[in-house]
Amino acid sequence: MSQTVEKNPTATIAELQKISSQVRRDIVRMVHGCQSGHPGGSLGCTDFLVALYFYILNHQSDFKMKGEGEDMFFLSNGHISPLWYSVLARSGYFPIHELATFRKLDSRLQGHPATEENLPGIRIASGSLGQGLSVGIGAALSKKLSKDTSKIFVLMGDGELQEGQIWEAAMYAAHNEVDNLIATVDYNGQQIDGPVDEIMSLKNIKAKWEAFGWDVVECNGNDFESLLPALDEAIARSGNGKPILNIMTTEMGYGVDFMVGTHKWHGIPPNDEQLSLALGQLEETLGDY
Amino acid sequence: MTKYTFTEKQDTRSGFGAGLLELGHKNPNVVALCADLTGSLKMGDFKKEFPERFFQVGIAEANMMGLAAGMSIGGLIPFTGTFANFSTGRVYDQIRQSIAYSEKNVKICASHAGVTLGEDGATHQILEDLGMMRMLPNMTVINPCDYNQTKAATIAIANYEGPVYLRFGRPKVPIFTPENQVFEVGKAINFTEGHDVSIFATGHLLWHAIEAEAMLADRGISAEVINIHTIKPLDETSVLKSVSKTKCVVTAEEHQLNGGLGDSIAQLLGRNQPAPIEMVGVDDRFGESGKPAELMEKYGLSTGDIFEAVLRVLKRK
Repeated sequence: MSQTVEKNPTATIAELQKISSQVRRDIVRMVHGCQSGHPGGSLGCTDFLVALYFYILNHQSDFKMKGEGEDMFFLSNGHISPLWYSVLARSGYFPIHELATFRKLDSRLQGHPATEENLPGIRIASGSLGQGLSVGIGAALSKKLSKDTSKIFVLMGDGELQEGQIWEAAMYAAHNEVDNLIATVDYNGQQIDGPVDEIMSLKNIKAKWEAFGWDVVECNGNDFESLLPALDEAIARSGNGKPILNIMTTEMGYGVDFMVGTHKWHGIPPNDEQLSLALGQLEETLGDY
Repeated sequence: MTKYTFTEKQDTRSGFGAGLLELGHKNPNVVALCADLTGSLKMGDFKKEFPERFFQVGIAEANMMGLAAGMSIGGLIPFTGTFANFSTGRVYDQIRQSIAYSEKNVKICASHAGVTLGEDGATHQILEDLGMMRMLPNMTVINPCDYNQTKAATIAIANYEGPVYLRFGRPKVPIFTPENQVFEVGKAINFTEGHDVSIFATGHLLWHAIEAEAMLADRGISAEVINIHTIKPLDETSVLKSVSKTKCVVTAEEHQLNGGLGDSIAQLLGRNQPAPIEMVGVDDRFGESGKPAELMEKYGLSTGDIFEAVLRVLKRK
């Protein structure tokens, strides 16, 4: 029997780990089910999205596009959609069985997140990289204008920082003191063609964002002991005139030993044998869809 | 003699500025974003009156489109302002994904469209914008003809849910449509009744079509001049109704022949009611520096060009 789980700001790390395990199972099953999609980054960011939706965000699974009085999350690196869909379903935004339709014809669960089919939880399309930070800043400005003190959260990939629009947005947010915004970079060091350092290095990523005028926190995104305090710290530092960047080190493919730490699993699905190997490493805690 | 006259010339961008200012007073959800062209876009009065609702984004148009999309989520109605070139080609993917595909209520307001931008030359004279915007699903595309119509269109689109591309221009052109008109998105306007030829014109070319109609009338040719201010959705009923009477068509626009109003009407007629068509527009080339009037002449966008096109199409009937 599959389950959804309510947000619980007092959740223990053990409880969050259980949810992560199930979400990781969902991810590998979804990409296996359609033989398409992006397991690597999805597995790497699982703990982060679980922390957001089950611990950090003030949100309602009874979805309202406008999100008045709610924190909002924007996924800029839209290709890790299986992760987001699983977390949304497990939080009660839509039925868990719908995860089985991922990337299939007539599904609301498009390859990359989209609003056209009104999938609850999605406020904007993403997939073409570099756009989500701007959108998040716009939403943050809108919150400020309506005196809504909720926060905006954005997730970006590290390879995605090669897109110029990110730096337009970074400059804008600092200049205009958009301090109700907490952006996270998934710093896994990998992109499609290989390690980010080989393709086009980000060099000193922390110094770059600080030079742009952002307040930077750092954490290990695959360790709740590091991740949760960092997110709490980011929230504590918000409202002080600077946008906040969370540089979150993760391992692509985390949780499945043969997928860890390589760009090779960025965008390919496991075969039947690989699926059962992967599922053998991920405990079924909330019931498969 | 045409029944349309004018006593004053004004730029259509000023109509946008006036409309935006009025919206500022009428609708607290209207916000404006500008990419370092506040004076050129005539957004200064809005900025002065509503500083908390005006967002200077610097020379960063991609970010501006994303900001606008994000702002619209909470119910704001963002109006972005920059030149037509930087409102479309430069930010096509941002518009496509974050605005059009995401069905965001953003109004993309674009000045200095076409060759009448003048001396700055081809880098800035976009002639492909209507085509690019027209191809996007969910996008409404509007190209008003004078100050009054631009002001009215600006006001109207605030209450028209969904992404809109509003195109206007730099030069002072005759004001010949009524003050305080009500603008109906998607509704063609008949300027003259006629039975020999239908002339469908948009933007700056409408005045030239009206002038051409008078010249044709002197020759005993009866032209029906119809203003297509909304390129998409096209008022198909009005177009087909007129052509079923006149049996031939001239289109006129300050845009490439590829992808613009002419293309749109040719497609409609080809699929429903084939008729000879001649198109006045720019024929697959870039513009150049010069005075707006000189450029309109050189690039085949003058009153005479419409007149000649009518004579050609009449022979093909």
